[in-house]
Amino acid sequence: MQSLDVKARSGSTAPAPGVRTIPEVAKLIDESKCIGCKACQVACMNWNDLRDEVGTNIGVYDNPADLTPSSWTLMRFFEVETEKDKLEWLIRKDGCLHCADPGCLKACPAPGAIVKYSNGIVDFVSENCIGCGYCVTGCPFNVPRISKADNKAYKCSLCSDRVAVGQAPACVKTCPTGAISFGSKEDMSIYAEKRAGELRERGHKGAGVYDPKGVGGTHVMYVLKHADRPELVGLPKDPSVSTMVTLWKGVIKPIATALMGAAAFAGFLHYVMVGPKEVKEDEKEDA
Amino acid sequence: MTNNWVDIKNTDLVLIMGGNAAEAHPCGFKWVTEAMQQRKAKLIVVDPRFTRSAAVADTYAPVRVGADIAFLGGVINYLLANNKFHEEYVKAYTDATFLTKEGFNFDNGVFSGYDDAKRTYNRATWGYQLGEDGFVKVDDAMQDARCVFQQMKKHYSRYTPELVEQVAGTPKDAFLKIAQQIGETSAPNKVMTILYALGWTQHTVGSQNIRTMAMIQLLLGNMGRPGGGVNALRGHANVQGITDMCAYSDTLPGYLGAPLDGDVDRAAYLKRLTGKPLRPNQMAFTQNFPKWHTSLMKAWWGDAANKDNDFAFEYLPKKDAAYDILHMFELMHQGKMHGFVCQGFNPLAALPNKKKLSAALAKLKFLVVADPLETETSEFWKNFGPLNDVDPKTIQTEVFRLPTTTFAEESGSFTNSSRVLQWKEKAADAPGEGKADSEIMARIFVKMREMYRKDGGKAPEPIVNLSWPYQVAEAPSPAEILREYSGRALVDLMTLPNPKDPTAKPTVAVPAGQLSSFAQLRDDGTTACGNWLYCGSWSPAGNLTARRDNSDPSGLGVYPNWGYSWPANRRILYNRAAADTKGNHWDATRKYLSWNGKTWSGVDVPDMRPTAAPEENVGPFIMNPEGVARLHAIGMADGPFPEHYEPFETPLGVNPLHPNNPKAVSNPAARVYKGDMETFGKAAEFPYAATTYRLTEHHHFWTKHAHSNAVTQPAPFIEIGDDLAKEKGFKNGQMVKVRSNRGEVRAALVVTKRMKGLKVNGKTVHTVGIPIHWGFKGVTQNGYLANALTPYVGDANSQTPEFKAFLVNIEKA
Amino acid sequence: MDVKVSRRQFFKITAGGMAGSSLAMLGYAPNALAGVRSFKLARTTEHRSTCPYCSVSCGMIMYTLGDKSKNVKPAIIHVEGDPDHPVNRGTLCPKGAGVLDMIHSPNRVKFPEVRAPGSNEWKRISWEEAINRIAKHMKDDRDKNFIEKNAAGTTVNRWNTLGFLASSAASNESGYIGVKTMRSMGVVALDTQARI
Repeated sequence: MQSLDVKARSGSTAPAPGVRTIPEVAKLIDESKCIGCKACQVACMNWNDLRDEVGTNIGVYDNPADLTPSSWTLMRFFEVETEKDKLEWLIRKDGCLHCADPGCLKACPAPGAIVKYSNGIVDFVSENCIGCGYCVTGCPFNVPRISKADNKAYKCSLCSDRVAVGQAPACVKTCPTGAISFGSKEDMSIYAEKRAGELRERGHKGAGVYDPKGVGGTHVMYVLKHADRPELVGLPKDPSVSTMVTLWKGVIKPIATALMGAAAFAGFLHYVMVGPKEVKEDEKEDA
Repeated sequence: MTNNWVDIKNTDLVLIMGGNAAEAHPCGFKWVTEAMQQRKAKLIVVDPRFTRSAAVADTYAPVRVGADIAFLGGVINYLLANNKFHEEYVKAYTDATFLTKEGFNFDNGVFSGYDDAKRTYNRATWGYQLGEDGFVKVDDAMQDARCVFQQMKKHYSRYTPELVEQVAGTPKDAFLKIAQQIGETSAPNKVMTILYALGWTQHTVGSQNIRTMAMIQLLLGNMGRPGGGVNALRGHANVQGITDMCAYSDTLPGYLGAPLDGDVDRAAYLKRLTGKPLRPNQMAFTQNFPKWHTSLMKAWWGDAANKDNDFAFEYLPKKDAAYDILHMFELMHQGKMHGFVCQGFNPLAALPNKKKLSAALAKLKFLVVADPLETETSEFWKNFGPLNDVDPKTIQTEVFRLPTTTFAEESGSFTNSSRVLQWKEKAADAPGEGKADSEIMARIFVKMREMYRKDGGKAPEPIVNLSWPYQVAEAPSPAEILREYSGRALVDLMTLPNPKDPTAKPTVAVPAGQLSSFAQLRDDGTTACGNWLYCGSWSPAGNLTARRDNSDPSGLGVYPNWGYSWPANRRILYNRAAADTKGNHWDATRKYLSWNGKTWSGVDVPDMRPTAAPEENVGPFIMNPEGVARLHAIGMADGPFPEHYEPFETPLGVNPLHPNNPKAVSNPAARVYKGDMETFGKAAEFPYAATTYRLTEHHHFWTKHAHSNAVTQPAPFIEIGDDLAKEKGFKNGQMVKVRSNRGEVRAALVVTKRMKGLKVNGKTVHTVGIPIHWGFKGVTQNGYLANALTPYVGDANSQTPEFKAFLVNIEKA
Repeated sequence: MDVKVSRRQFFKITAGGMAGSSLAMLGYAPNALAGVRSFKLARTTEHRSTCPYCSVSCGMIMYTLGDKSKNVKPAIIHVEGDPDHPVNRGTLCPKGAGVLDMIHSPNRVKFPEVRAPGSNEWKRISWEEAINRIAKHMKDDRDKNFIEKNAAGTTVNRWNTLGFLASSAASNESGYIGVKTMRSMGVVALDTQARI
């Protein structure tokens, strides 16, 4: 893929070409079939040639304990009693949701460090990354991580290299129980609704699809057993890009405390005021 | 597995008990999730822990470790008391109608014939009454008090729902809900499958755990049918194949009983093991034993095995005792075993009571370890601080460590747990100088043969005469070996004399060369076959294990042309039972085999003579001389009907079923070595039930050498319920020390809601969970070997160690 | 979700922000717009294999470096599930998906080694030496302890002072050869992991 496939990019006021149309893709995670085996974590490490440090046990099954620059996905385990004496062990595969309206991209000041392809993948282009961490703050799902080794941000690429040659992401292919599936966004949306219906029929009354509108929908969706209470599995109920507010707080504070040149300040301010808006306009054109 | 992995999708109900399919066999578990989504099948998990299998189940119920027979016996009682059994199936395909001997009885926890001093049974009073015609007497109405059905009913009438709760700790309501769901599959158009693994085998009542389940499946009419069966999920990729090759002392390849000390000659040996029908018209397939055995001798000793020397029968070693691995280490410990060759196995970690194992290895003169990885066993002599606290200077064992290939570095076949042989290709060389296990064994053999030829020695004949026809003597190719055990006709096989036409000239029935079926084997030395069960896997058509046709015309997941499934490429065993007594399908959604008026036909290879009309009443269980399946099993060491016995380390100290008989607390027929009884702990000092297990992120002691897996589960831990943690004042993540009467381990604590104390026999029994995957070698964090804790005692039938139920105490480290 | 910005990072931020925004103001597209990572398996060689771990025995594809030409030493660089396999249909569990790291484990045994009695270390030896020494040990013990006949005078050909453990991870062919050779020597104490 190259520039003609790019729909939006960070740090740029220029509209993306958006000439080519390729099918929008999506990954669907069916919580009811997930056994928390972590095959997806291992497949991700192996495909992306990443090996995180060997940690320790801190009293939980979540290993590593959190996303890291080398662990782009991980299983999060939740022991919940939704009814009295009814234990549920909910397990959610965490990682980038590839938002249609990506907060990370909007927040990113580095030109071309974050791109969104027309197939929906939001990818980090590390050679352009300046390691500022705004993407971390801009993400409503707390996904990107900054590497101490090279001071750049990393996260799931939805295996953009595999998808580019017509293959599914590594985690999808490996998933032993069919809890992760992959296809066009349209097909996945239809299947997600069907699956949620099947689960409701089976007795999971709160089952539904997690494809939050506040971020324009996502290219990684969930079918949750308790879609009415996504916070049970650590997902925000109504995520939105307005969490950018937190970004401003995070940015203005260091700016205020440092003495910087007026030009630089003006330049930066320009980005802050104009950058994100223009990205939004791009998106409107494409929509 | 009697059925196969993909077949699980054909079921209506999945019971996971004595195993944890989602964690241990995730890729096979996909056929469970498939059945749940496509067939709307339900999933029940019964386990001491709320596992990752339970996380996706419809129903979960707890059971105390070591109390599975109490639960399953309760199910049998429920089915019989509520008329929830498949009557046509039970009457025709099981021994329910057979009359048992008058002398057979069960009293206060022991069966008739018990010898207290030897801890064994004389089984003379077990089994069936024979009529004058030599056939078993039956009562088709199943009313005779001596018939198996009535005996079974009486035996299990004690297993009430209240008793299940009292012994197994499963709340009565939860038990009844599950029993009811299981009972529904007694309808002819409903099928249940059961998936189990080491959670049932690793007990002193391991074999009986499985038998209880087999009895349930027979009562429900679920054996031999798509979506049914009793399915052992099994361990390593080729655990089935190595079992079939019989790399153990009791048997020769293809489960042919190994000669015993008392088998004075070939005739006596064959007589002991050749079956004869116990009911009219039965196939009693072991009638063919002489053909299988003679063909094996021809494969091993070629021309040196002939009619004149009893087909080299004297060459075969005859065993005088059990030589299972626990017995081997016992001999080693007594200084009676001097050499040990250990191939791809890590016994220091994989057997119980590390202290005893370590002491045993130190008494060896030499130890040979052939493995691709640096195992703990190969470095048992090295000091790793508290993890392996030994003094190398005092250990006089000479240790050889030989590098082997991994699976990816050699060609050959593996047999999966559903009996399918699959050929694989070599992808790359091993690093350094690694060699295939077959080559290492060949090199040792060729060297020994050379020395015996040159220097002579004790009994050189079996060695120097061993058939060794391989192109490169030191490295037989996997293809040559597969052709050898698949079998061939040494000459053109002529048609046998036809009694109806005695003057007919014999013609060539099978030309010399590879055979296509074990039906072609003969007992006159004209065929050679290293494993009759695998006969035909390399047929005249070539290497069938390498077939990769993944078409499935029936849609039932049969895949008849993928690899080769023993026996005879059959994908579901006992599949005659997939049809009713008249030969029609039991239900329309699972049409498998039926009688078309002339032959049996369908989507799989029939289990019986294709022309056996239903009215001939040829039973589906062709390996049994009675032709039907056994509800009353004479072959078991510890009783024809499974009975609940406590683990050897019992938290109750008493068997609630037989509170007044101290001899019936634990399995009366389990073997206990001198000195081991004293190492068993008591509940007063070790109050918690403990169990060891695997986690989905690791495979035994193997993946701790793999970085990817180390990341996902880096370090040892101990799991306990939040109720026990609260009682003890423990916090999540803190270090704890777990002690048994044999040793201790230290690890981080995981506190969970997924394990709860159970009310059992009037007291609360808490369970301590001990995952096993860490040791003193590996790229994970190092840890204590979990078998520092486990007791040295095995199942009465299989000698599989009791890793799943013992006693510990737990304290702050 | 506080972002902690170090001093060094701060200058990077401001510099980047400035450069980016000024370029953007001029209407230029950013330079260095990288494409996706190139597909790493494009011309590797595929081999069909079977996972060595559990007995689901999943089909695997091993991807090796090079095209089998003479001067290239094949090395396994990636492993994935075989999509044609009826049971796993391309999937692999965490063990199987990470098998590459077992194959390339730093703890692979690479050469024959011996540890002498009382010693605290391994010594590398040749295959020839290893086999000769092992065979000599075995022959010595067999000749000393082999039982030809039992008390009743029946030939029993039994050598019960040597034990053999076969691997459940070895192929059928290795298993068969192990049983055949050991039984020919009279070994009765043989067992396998299957029991465990």
